[in-house]
Amino acid sequence: MASETSPLGQFTIERLVSLHIGSLDISYTNSALLMTIVVVLITALLVGTTRHASLVPGRLQSIAELSYEFVLGMVRENVGDADGRQFFPLVFSIFMFILFGNLLGLIPYSFTFTSHIVVTFALSLFVFLFVTVVALIRHGIRFFTFFFPPGAPIIMAPLLVPIEIISYLTRPVSLSLRLFANMLAGHTIIAVFAGFTVALGIFGFLPLAFNVALLGLEVVIAALQAYVFAILTCLYLSDAVHLH
Amino acid sequence: MDPTSAKMIGAGLAAVALAGVGVGIGNVFSALVSAIARNPASRDQVFGIGMLGFALTEAVAFYALIISLLLLFVL
Repeated sequence: MASETSPLGQFTIERLVSLHIGSLDISYTNSALLMTIVVVLITALLVGTTRHASLVPGRLQSIAELSYEFVLGMVRENVGDADGRQFFPLVFSIFMFILFGNLLGLIPYSFTFTSHIVVTFALSLFVFLFVTVVALIRHGIRFFTFFFPPGAPIIMAPLLVPIEIISYLTRPVSLSLRLFANMLAGHTIIAVFAGFTVALGIFGFLPLAFNVALLGLEVVIAALQAYVFAILTCLYLSDAVHLH
Repeated sequence: MDPTSAKMIGAGLAAVALAGVGVGIGNVFSALVSAIARNPASRDQVFGIGMLGFALTEAVAFYALIISLLLLFVL
Protein backbone atom coordinates (compact mmCIF):
# COMPACT_ATOMS: atom_id res chain seq x y z
CA MET A 1 0.00 0.00 0.00
CA ALA A 2 2.76 2.49 0.89
CA SER A 3 6.19 2.88 -0.69
CA GLU A 4 9.37 3.09 1.38
CA THR A 5 9.60 6.87 1.12
CA SER A 6 5.96 7.83 1.83
CA PRO A 7 4.97 8.73 5.42
CA LEU A 8 2.98 5.50 5.66
CA GLY A 9 5.99 3.41 4.59
CA GLN A 10 7.17 3.08 8.19
CA PHE A 11 4.29 0.73 8.95
CA THR A 12 5.19 -2.00 6.46
CA ILE A 13 5.62 -5.48 7.93
CA GLU A 14 8.92 -7.06 6.93
CA ARG A 15 9.66 -10.75 7.22
CA LEU A 16 12.92 -11.24 9.09
CA VAL A 17 12.82 -15.04 9.07
CA SER A 18 10.52 -16.69 6.52
CA LEU A 19 8.61 -19.65 7.94
CA HIS A 20 5.75 -21.49 6.30
CA ILE A 21 3.60 -24.38 7.43
CA GLY A 22 1.81 -25.52 4.31
CA SER A 23 0.05 -22.41 3.05
CA LEU A 24 0.19 -20.69 6.47
CA ASP A 25 2.69 -17.85 6.69
CA ILE A 26 4.12 -17.76 10.21
CA SER A 27 7.23 -15.75 9.41
CA TYR A 28 9.07 -13.96 12.18
CA THR A 29 8.40 -10.31 11.30
CA ASN A 30 9.68 -6.97 12.60
CA SER A 31 6.42 -6.71 14.53
CA ALA A 32 7.08 -10.06 16.23
CA LEU A 33 10.67 -8.99 16.96
CA LEU A 34 9.48 -5.85 18.76
CA MET A 35 6.94 -7.86 20.73
CA THR A 36 9.67 -10.27 21.79
CA ILE A 37 11.92 -7.38 22.84
CA VAL A 38 9.06 -5.84 24.83
CA VAL A 39 8.34 -9.09 26.68
CA VAL A 40 12.06 -9.63 27.42
CA LEU A 41 12.41 -6.05 28.69
CA ILE A 42 9.35 -6.25 30.93
CA THR A 43 10.44 -9.61 32.34
CA ALA A 44 13.98 -8.33 32.91
CA LEU A 45 12.67 -5.23 34.65
CA LEU A 46 10.27 -7.05 36.94
CA VAL A 47 12.11 -10.29 37.68
CA GLY A 48 15.65 -8.95 37.54
CA THR A 49 15.13 -6.09 39.95
CA THR A 50 13.09 -7.99 42.53
CA ARG A 51 15.21 -11.15 42.59
CA HIS A 52 17.43 -9.75 45.31
CA ALA A 53 15.05 -7.06 46.41
CA SER A 54 16.26 -4.58 48.98
CA LEU A 55 13.94 -3.00 51.53
CA VAL A 56 14.90 0.48 50.32
CA PRO A 57 14.64 0.05 46.55
CA GLY A 58 17.10 1.38 44.03
CA ARG A 59 15.96 3.11 40.85
CA LEU A 60 15.02 0.14 38.68
CA GLN A 61 13.38 -1.74 41.53
CA SER A 62 11.40 1.43 42.23
CA ILE A 63 10.16 1.53 38.66
CA ALA A 64 9.02 -2.09 38.89
CA GLU A 65 7.32 -1.53 42.25
CA LEU A 66 5.69 1.73 41.17
CA SER A 67 4.22 0.23 38.01
CA TYR A 68 2.93 -2.74 40.04
CA GLU A 69 1.33 -0.48 42.64
CA PHE A 70 -0.10 1.85 40.02
CA VAL A 71 -1.95 -0.92 38.18
CA LEU A 72 -2.94 -2.64 41.43
CA GLY A 73 -4.44 0.62 42.71
CA MET A 74 -6.27 1.09 39.43
CA VAL A 75 -7.74 -2.43 39.53
CA ARG A 76 -8.72 -2.18 43.21
CA GLU A 77 -10.34 1.22 42.75
CA ASN A 78 -12.34 0.38 39.64
CA VAL A 79 -13.22 -3.31 39.99
CA GLY A 80 -13.28 -3.61 43.76
CA ASP A 81 -10.88 -4.94 46.34
CA ALA A 82 -11.87 -8.60 46.58
CA ASP A 83 -13.32 -8.98 43.09
CA GLY A 84 -10.49 -7.22 41.34
CA ARG A 85 -7.51 -9.15 42.65
CA GLN A 86 -8.00 -12.10 40.30
CA PHE A 87 -7.94 -9.82 37.25
CA PHE A 88 -4.78 -7.98 38.21
CA PRO A 89 -2.35 -10.16 36.17
CA LEU A 90 -4.42 -9.62 33.01
CA VAL A 91 -4.68 -5.85 33.41
CA PHE A 92 -1.00 -5.57 34.38
CA SER A 93 0.12 -7.59 31.36
CA ILE A 94 -2.05 -5.54 29.01
CA PHE A 95 -0.86 -2.25 30.51
CA MET A 96 2.85 -3.07 30.44
CA PHE A 97 2.71 -4.67 26.97
CA ILE A 98 0.98 -1.68 25.40
CA LEU A 99 3.08 0.86 27.34
CA PHE A 100 6.40 -0.65 26.37
CA GLY A 101 5.19 -1.30 22.82
CA ASN A 102 4.13 2.32 22.36
CA LEU A 103 7.32 3.71 23.92
CA LEU A 104 9.73 1.45 22.02
CA GLY A 105 8.02 2.45 18.78
CA LEU A 106 9.20 6.03 19.31
CA ILE A 107 12.86 5.04 18.95
CA PRO A 108 14.05 6.00 15.42
CA TYR A 109 14.18 3.07 12.98
CA SER A 110 12.08 1.03 15.40
CA PHE A 111 8.60 -0.36 14.76
CA THR A 112 5.34 0.30 16.61
CA PHE A 113 3.44 -2.95 16.68
CA THR A 114 0.40 -1.23 18.24
CA SER A 115 0.02 0.84 15.08
CA HIS A 116 -1.51 -2.17 13.33
CA ILE A 117 -5.23 -2.74 13.77
CA VAL A 118 -4.74 -6.52 13.80
CA VAL A 119 -2.63 -6.31 16.97
CA THR A 120 -4.87 -3.87 18.84
CA PHE A 121 -7.99 -5.67 17.69
CA ALA A 122 -6.61 -8.98 18.92
CA LEU A 123 -6.01 -7.42 22.35
CA SER A 124 -9.39 -5.69 22.54
CA LEU A 125 -11.34 -8.66 21.17
CA PHE A 126 -9.71 -10.84 23.81
CA VAL A 127 -10.65 -8.34 26.52
CA PHE A 128 -14.23 -8.12 25.21
CA LEU A 129 -14.73 -11.89 25.02
CA PHE A 130 -13.06 -12.38 28.41
CA VAL A 131 -15.30 -9.77 30.05
CA THR A 132 -18.44 -11.27 28.46
CA VAL A 133 -17.51 -14.79 29.55
CA VAL A 134 -16.76 -13.59 33.09
CA ALA A 135 -20.15 -11.89 33.22
CA LEU A 136 -21.98 -14.93 31.84
CA ILE A 137 -20.26 -17.28 34.29
CA ARG A 138 -20.92 -15.02 37.24
CA HIS A 139 -24.52 -14.02 36.48
CA GLY A 140 -25.79 -16.64 34.06
CA ILE A 141 -28.94 -15.58 32.22
CA ARG A 142 -29.30 -12.51 34.43
CA PHE A 143 -26.39 -11.00 32.46
CA PHE A 144 -28.92 -9.74 29.89
CA THR A 145 -30.49 -7.42 32.48
CA PHE A 146 -27.30 -5.39 31.94
CA PHE A 147 -28.85 -3.96 28.78
CA PHE A 148 -31.77 -2.44 30.62
CA PRO A 149 -30.44 0.19 33.06
CA PRO A 150 -32.15 0.02 36.46
CA GLY A 151 -34.59 2.81 37.15
CA ALA A 152 -35.43 3.55 33.53
CA PRO A 153 -39.17 3.56 32.65
CA ILE A 154 -40.22 0.25 31.06
CA ILE A 155 -41.86 2.09 28.16
CA MET A 156 -38.42 3.13 26.90
CA ALA A 157 -37.19 -0.46 26.69
CA PRO A 158 -37.73 -0.97 22.91
CA LEU A 159 -35.59 2.10 22.28
CA LEU A 160 -33.07 1.71 25.08
CA VAL A 161 -32.19 -2.00 24.84
CA PRO A 162 -31.08 -2.02 21.16
CA ILE A 163 -29.00 1.12 21.79
CA GLU A 164 -27.38 -0.49 24.82
CA ILE A 165 -26.69 -3.71 22.91
CA ILE A 166 -25.14 -1.85 19.98
CA SER A 167 -23.01 0.27 22.30
CA TYR A 168 -21.85 -2.91 24.07
CA LEU A 169 -20.97 -4.61 20.80
CA THR A 170 -18.94 -1.62 19.61
CA ARG A 171 -16.69 -1.83 22.69
CA PRO A 172 -13.99 -3.99 21.02
CA VAL A 173 -14.10 -1.73 17.96
CA SER A 174 -13.69 1.51 19.90
CA LEU A 175 -11.07 0.07 22.24
CA SER A 176 -8.87 -1.19 19.40
CA LEU A 177 -9.49 1.76 17.09
CA ARG A 178 -8.55 4.31 19.76
CA LEU A 179 -5.09 2.84 20.34
CA PHE A 180 -4.46 2.03 16.68
CA ALA A 181 -5.48 5.47 15.37
CA ASN A 182 -3.49 7.30 18.05
CA MET A 183 -0.30 5.44 17.19
CA LEU A 184 -0.87 5.61 13.41
CA ALA A 185 -1.68 9.33 13.40
CA GLY A 186 1.18 10.27 15.71
CA HIS A 187 3.85 8.46 13.76
CA THR A 188 2.47 9.61 10.40
CA ILE A 189 2.52 13.28 11.42
CA ILE A 190 6.10 12.93 12.66
CA ALA A 191 7.10 11.38 9.32
CA VAL A 192 5.29 14.09 7.35
CA PHE A 193 7.00 16.91 9.24
CA ALA A 194 10.33 15.13 8.90
CA GLY A 195 9.75 15.26 5.14
CA PHE A 196 9.10 19.00 5.38
CA THR A 197 12.33 19.47 7.36
CA VAL A 198 14.34 18.06 4.46
CA ALA A 199 12.29 19.81 1.75
CA LEU A 200 12.49 23.34 3.18
CA GLY A 201 16.28 23.48 3.25
CA ILE A 202 17.46 26.39 5.41
CA PHE A 203 14.02 26.96 6.93
CA GLY A 204 13.82 23.31 7.92
CA PHE A 205 14.40 24.20 11.56
CA LEU A 206 10.72 25.20 11.90
CA PRO A 207 9.20 21.79 11.16
CA LEU A 208 12.12 20.31 13.11
CA ALA A 209 11.21 22.31 16.22
CA PHE A 210 7.59 21.24 15.80
CA ASN A 211 8.72 17.63 15.47
CA VAL A 212 10.68 17.87 18.73
CA ALA A 213 7.58 19.11 20.55
CA LEU A 214 5.43 16.50 18.80
CA LEU A 215 7.77 13.69 19.83
CA GLY A 216 7.45 14.85 23.44
CA LEU A 217 3.67 14.80 23.06
CA GLU A 218 3.89 11.31 21.54
CA VAL A 219 5.68 10.04 24.66
CA VAL A 220 2.83 11.39 26.79
CA ILE A 221 0.24 9.92 24.44
CA ALA A 222 2.02 6.55 24.47
CA ALA A 223 1.69 6.35 28.24
CA LEU A 224 -1.81 7.83 28.24
CA GLN A 225 -3.15 5.34 25.68
CA ALA A 226 -1.74 2.42 27.67
CA TYR A 227 -3.43 3.85 30.79
CA VAL A 228 -6.75 4.36 28.94
CA PHE A 229 -6.73 0.81 27.55
CA ALA A 230 -6.03 -0.62 30.99
CA ILE A 231 -8.58 1.49 32.82
CA LEU A 232 -11.28 0.72 30.26
CA THR A 233 -10.49 -2.97 30.74
CA CYS A 234 -10.99 -2.41 34.49
CA LEU A 235 -14.28 -0.57 33.90
CA TYR A 236 -15.59 -3.31 31.60
CA LEU A 237 -14.60 -5.90 34.21
CA SER A 238 -16.38 -3.85 36.84
CA ASP A 239 -19.50 -3.82 34.62
CA ALA A 240 -19.24 -7.58 34.19
CA VAL A 241 -18.74 -8.31 37.88
CA HIS A 242 -21.24 -5.86 39.32
CA LEU A 243 -23.74 -5.50 36.41
CA HIS A 244 -23.62 -1.70 36.79
CA MET B 1 -19.52 13.11 -10.09
CA ASP B 2 -16.74 10.56 -10.46
CA PRO B 3 -15.97 8.32 -7.47
CA THR B 4 -12.50 9.78 -6.81
CA SER B 5 -13.79 13.34 -6.40
CA ALA B 6 -16.67 12.11 -4.26
CA LYS B 7 -14.20 10.27 -2.00
CA MET B 8 -12.07 13.38 -1.62
CA ILE B 9 -15.07 15.53 -0.75
CA GLY B 10 -16.24 12.87 1.69
CA ALA B 11 -12.82 12.74 3.30
CA GLY B 12 -12.91 16.50 3.77
CA LEU B 13 -16.43 16.37 5.19
CA ALA B 14 -15.35 13.77 7.75
CA ALA B 15 -13.05 16.41 9.23
CA VAL B 16 -16.10 18.47 10.29
CA ALA B 17 -16.42 16.08 13.25
CA LEU B 18 -13.31 17.66 14.73
CA ALA B 19 -15.32 20.75 15.68
CA GLY B 20 -17.34 18.70 18.18
CA VAL B 21 -14.17 17.11 19.51
CA GLY B 22 -12.61 20.54 20.09
CA VAL B 23 -15.62 21.66 22.09
CA GLY B 24 -15.61 18.38 24.01
CA ILE B 25 -11.95 18.52 25.01
CA GLY B 26 -12.40 22.15 26.06
CA ASN B 27 -15.31 21.07 28.26
CA VAL B 28 -13.32 18.27 29.88
CA PHE B 29 -10.40 20.48 30.83
CA SER B 30 -12.67 23.34 31.87
CA ALA B 31 -14.42 21.00 34.30
CA LEU B 32 -11.06 19.62 35.45
CA VAL B 33 -9.63 23.08 36.18
CA SER B 34 -12.86 24.17 37.93
CA ALA B 35 -12.88 21.07 40.09
CA ILE B 36 -9.25 21.50 41.15
CA ALA B 37 -9.76 25.23 41.71
CA ARG B 38 -12.72 24.63 43.99
CA ASN B 39 -11.05 21.83 45.91
CA PRO B 40 -7.27 21.64 45.43
CA ALA B 41 -7.05 18.55 47.64
CA SER B 42 -9.04 16.52 45.10
CA ARG B 43 -6.35 16.93 42.45
CA ASP B 44 -4.98 13.39 42.55
CA GLN B 45 -8.41 11.78 42.33
CA VAL B 46 -9.80 14.06 39.66
CA PHE B 47 -6.71 14.10 37.44
CA GLY B 48 -6.98 10.43 36.48
CA ILE B 49 -10.63 10.75 35.49
CA GLY B 50 -9.79 13.96 33.61
CA MET B 51 -7.11 12.19 31.57
CA LEU B 52 -9.50 9.32 30.84
CA GLY B 53 -12.15 11.79 29.67
CA PHE B 54 -9.63 13.59 27.48
CA ALA B 55 -8.42 10.37 25.87
CA LEU B 56 -11.96 9.12 25.20
CA THR B 57 -12.95 12.46 23.61
CA GLU B 58 -9.76 12.55 21.54
CA ALA B 59 -10.58 9.05 20.33
CA VAL B 60 -13.62 10.47 18.51
CA ALA B 61 -11.25 12.73 16.57
CA PHE B 62 -9.31 9.64 15.59
CA TYR B 63 -12.48 7.87 14.47
CA ALA B 64 -13.09 10.81 12.10
CA LEU B 65 -9.47 10.59 10.93
CA ILE B 66 -9.85 6.86 10.22
CA ILE B 67 -13.04 7.49 8.22
CA SER B 68 -11.14 10.13 6.25
CA LEU B 69 -8.16 7.84 5.63
CA LEU B 70 -10.45 4.93 4.72
CA LEU B 71 -12.15 7.05 2.09
CA LEU B 72 -8.90 8.31 0.61
CA PHE B 73 -6.70 5.23 0.62
CA VAL B 74 -8.75 2.07 1.06
CA LEU B 75 -12.13 2.46 -0.59
